[in-house]
Amino acid sequence: MSQVIVITSGKGGVGKTTTSANVGTGLAILGKRVVLIDTDIGLRNLDVVMGLENRIVYNLVDVVEGNCRMKQALIRDKRYPNLYLLPSAQTRDKSAVTPEQMRKLADDLREEFDYIILDCPAGIEQGFYNAIAGADRALVVTTPEVSAIRDADRIIGLLEAAEMRDIDLVVNRIRMDMVRRGDMMSIDDVIDILAVNVIGAVPDDESIVISTNQGEPSVGMGSLSGQAYMNICRRVLGENIPLMELDSPKSFFARLSSFLKQA
Amino acid sequence: MNVWPVFQKKASGEIARKRLKLLLLSDKTDYPPEILEKMKDDMIRVISKYMEIEADGIEIQVLGLTPVPSPRKGPVLRASIPLCSSPKPFCVRQRMHHQT
Repeated sequence: MSQVIVITSGKGGVGKTTTSANVGTGLAILGKRVVLIDTDIGLRNLDVVMGLENRIVYNLVDVVEGNCRMKQALIRDKRYPNLYLLPSAQTRDKSAVTPEQMRKLADDLREEFDYIILDCPAGIEQGFYNAIAGADRALVVTTPEVSAIRDADRIIGLLEAAEMRDIDLVVNRIRMDMVRRGDMMSIDDVIDILAVNVIGAVPDDESIVISTNQGEPSVGMGSLSGQAYMNICRRVLGENIPLMELDSPKSFFARLSSFLKQA
Repeated sequence: MNVWPVFQKKASGEIARKRLKLLLLSDKTDYPPEILEKMKDDMIRVISKYMEIEADGIEIQVLGLTPVPSPRKGPVLRASIPLCSSPKPFCVRQRMHHQT
């Protein structure tokens, strides 16, 4: 039984595309057949985060308009088993496709794939409604900031109004050092305020910047954020994994350097 | 007296949490005026079945942020519905209208 998951947030810049790339890649590593769809028409980025920008021939709008077959537009990621990307169009705008067309596109992919991951554009305009049209489930990405959580609350309201059954929250860019000294809202604060299930918390981590620079998702690698994304993937599959302690696996050298800083 | 340093000591995460709670409350109590007008009309219709009211004097508001003397902390709908104190022609007209 395949599942269509939309990754959305309302606010821009909180990590929708990074989350899409990592969740998609992680699910592929776990043996699922996955297609990532960039629905941000006019501002495509998922191809860059995935490092597949040089392999684009056709795009989502070409498929919808019948300029090519689906198979021609899908880019296979050679690094992972069963991972594909359907890139967005860069020279068109949101009005190039309708929610109905997006629903059909996602449904057409259900036969070939276990997971269809839709990277939603920021905002609550047509691009948002296009992206959520065909989705069974939503992951709402936020950061522990007032503006991002406010937008997440609005998005959750809109998703509920659109009768989305399954809504989970990803809290991105948590900095445990700041939470500990009281200068950042904790995951519990966010859960308390939004009253929604948190499917994962991802620490703010240099490795995300590095992996984005390289066009290589960090999921499954050694970094804390890579582990956090892998945990999210396992929870998406229904495994029961507790939220990880984001500050416990501090290495000996990290401890040493913080000790030296204090001294 | 300068109280500012007292506030400065407070951790900013707590400030963020409080601001966010108020913000979400005000977002949720921000009803469009046409909805409030419709509700007002319905209230006039229902209440004037039982009481003589001055329909022109009705005021309703949704209070989320405004401090109100209320036992609960959440947002409240406050309606002020003046009753007819004397049998003014207007009130009589309302009652007659309902009876017909």
